[in-house]
Amino acid sequence: MAKVLMKGNEAIGEAAIKAGCLNYFAYPITPQTEVAEYLCRRLPEENGVFLQAESEVAASYMLFGAAGAGERVFTTSSSPGISLMGEAISYMAGAQLPAVLVNIMRGGPGLGGILPAQGDYFQATKGGGHGDYRLLTLAPASVQEAVEMVMEAFTLAEKYRNPVMILGDGMLGQMMEPVEFPEGLTTAPSNKDEWATNGMGNRNSNKPNIVKSLFLTDTDLNENNLVLKAKYEEMKKHEIRYESYNTDGDYQLLLVSFGMMSRICKSAIDDLKEEGIEIGLIRPQTLFPFPDEAIRQAVDKPSCKSALSVELNMGQMVEDVERCVHGKRPVSWFGTAGGVIPTPEEVVAEIKRVLG
Amino acid sequence: MQSEIMFAGFGGQGILLMGEILAQAALKEGKEVAWIPSYGPEMRGGTAYCTVVISDRPIGSPVIKNPKHLLAMNRPSLEKFAPTVKPGGIILINSSLIPIESGRDDVDQIKINATGLANELGNVRIANVIALSAFVARSKLVDFESAQEAVKNKLAKKKKLIPLNLEAMEKGKELALNQ
Amino acid sequence: MAKVFLKPKALADTHTHYCPGCTHGIIHRLVAEVIDELGVQDTTVGVAPVGCSVLAYNYFNFDFQEAAHGRAPAVATGIKRARPDLTVFTYQGDGDLASIGMAEIIHAANRGEKFVTIFVNNAVYGMTGGQMAPTTMPNQISTTSPAGRDVADVGMPIKVAELLAALQTPAFISRQAVLKPKQIFKAKKAIKKAFQYQLEGKCFSMVEVVSTCPTNWGLTPVDSLKWAEDKLLSYYKLGDYKTPEAE
Repeated sequence: MAKVLMKGNEAIGEAAIKAGCLNYFAYPITPQTEVAEYLCRRLPEENGVFLQAESEVAASYMLFGAAGAGERVFTTSSSPGISLMGEAISYMAGAQLPAVLVNIMRGGPGLGGILPAQGDYFQATKGGGHGDYRLLTLAPASVQEAVEMVMEAFTLAEKYRNPVMILGDGMLGQMMEPVEFPEGLTTAPSNKDEWATNGMGNRNSNKPNIVKSLFLTDTDLNENNLVLKAKYEEMKKHEIRYESYNTDGDYQLLLVSFGMMSRICKSAIDDLKEEGIEIGLIRPQTLFPFPDEAIRQAVDKPSCKSALSVELNMGQMVEDVERCVHGKRPVSWFGTAGGVIPTPEEVVAEIKRVLG
Repeated sequence: MQSEIMFAGFGGQGILLMGEILAQAALKEGKEVAWIPSYGPEMRGGTAYCTVVISDRPIGSPVIKNPKHLLAMNRPSLEKFAPTVKPGGIILINSSLIPIESGRDDVDQIKINATGLANELGNVRIANVIALSAFVARSKLVDFESAQEAVKNKLAKKKKLIPLNLEAMEKGKELALNQ
Repeated sequence: MAKVFLKPKALADTHTHYCPGCTHGIIHRLVAEVIDELGVQDTTVGVAPVGCSVLAYNYFNFDFQEAAHGRAPAVATGIKRARPDLTVFTYQGDGDLASIGMAEIIHAANRGEKFVTIFVNNAVYGMTGGQMAPTTMPNQISTTSPAGRDVADVGMPIKVAELLAALQTPAFISRQAVLKPKQIFKAKKAIKKAFQYQLEGKCFSMVEVVSTCPTNWGLTPVDSLKWAEDKLLSYYKLGDYKTPEAE
């Protein structure tokens, strides 16, 4: 199929349809509203469900209900909206429901602004809702990668019976790039008769299925948490993804950056190469599970003097980088709050400052 | 080779569309492209701008502070962005609405009476196509035929507008090459 | 010997956690009887959110989802939209539906979602131990209104049936009670109608059921019935507030 020029938000909507997800519940919020505007036209053509909910809270519970009934479900929102969905995300994790959520991040805290940001790194990878749970979190750096990650997300969500978060930013949602929708990235929906409330008669069973996250006794609650924990450990074993850039040679410093920001870092690396300065980059494609070992090894290289985490926030992922580096090298952060996107020149200047 | 083109003007001048047409034309030629709009608070009634990056290899940073070329469709856009253009680039000025110069002597400045000409052709909304065609003809970033194709594709659902747009494209090209 | 009174198939064979004199058991049974009579046990999904009935999934014999506090109408919307072939109902209390879940119930009703809501109104938060609800009567004592509900401070109790009946979309809005045998028969009729409307593809129905909470009212079960009859039914008038036939 020929590549077509598509806006990130629209491509994300189409990718979900291509992945066989025909249930979308959402609430408008800039800068991701084009997903809803696109899907309200496209989903009826596919006999799918498009519903504009009364709030992000309601949208996320519609997702819960439809996921609990065994259907592929999908929503998109932006930072403040994802905060409102935090409750349902926790419930979905507790009830082990597969769902795909896309956060086209904008700046915060509070109402913040509508310009691109990566300030929800903690929210996506460390919580956001209450209780012990994790979201498998994917961070695309281009419209094409967003398409591929959305398509794969449904398979991952069903594999682990856990919500999957796609963490993009306003620029990814708003920009147009050429995309194609690859075959074979999505599997057919898994059989959910074991647990979904799809009607006893529809699965020839006389045993009701219960979708719930309530475990009133201490032993039951502990058991459920151990089941969840085991899944998160499996994710760490099997789902870590990252991209290495310019890490073959002897680089003096390792950049760690994700999403759109990583592309600016790559431009900075190319510019420095022309000056004879070698810089490596690890771009985590999964933020949970985090590529601990890859970063640890990359920093261990004798030529590497330090690590620099470059983020569109006030320093969040840097804490994970510090955890990986574990004091072996100095780790620092460079970034800006939402909207003010560092240029390659500014990243270059910071690298030179760190190198001294 | 990478080129960055900034399109800027009032909301309603079809600024985002100019960028999209150029991006489509470049994509058709197998180039890497990215189209980045401004979507901040300024999109409500004020200035609209977008940047198109065209490259022969994967595009790194889509954030451009210093574009290679600028198409300024109104005066505030020229005043704001002319100083950011890289030396050697093109600054296209919509002279119908902009009575001043870019103030740069290290760029290729062309003045196109886009809005006036569009009015003469009977549709002020095609000023963007006139300016874009002039830019394409001057910069040769994409083949003129690719741009024509992109315009035709964009108008696939409004076919009766195609002849007018193609006429506008020829006018734009003529103006750019005669400067 | 012939059995003349059986447990409905849709009701699980188990003990409930409900307090002595609580009318949840009666309402559960009415719902189960209706589901049996309509033959939809195999396609039914119930949704019960936080409140005394949060464990309802243990007491019914069909698929069930537990929802967060107030969110049952959104959960039911998701189920029914994605799977229109399923028979879907929510079972919500007054703290849940009329307080934290007010947005969800109003919008589900107004969109005309094709499910049934059973709204159990006993004028108090039961599960958390007797706090004031939006439906608590003027001067009624609760743990968060120890001197009685002060309407000058927190307003009058919300009449949910009247509120939803003011919307143009819903198909069937009714208020019933389960304080006397005669009322129980009428309540069952209303619940059955609501489910039948869903099976006919008609949009949203709600049956509000005036109920008791002896434990949190601090009354005996018998006195609770009397108090509800006197105090609640004089404010929460029984009857059909909206029917599809009247449209």
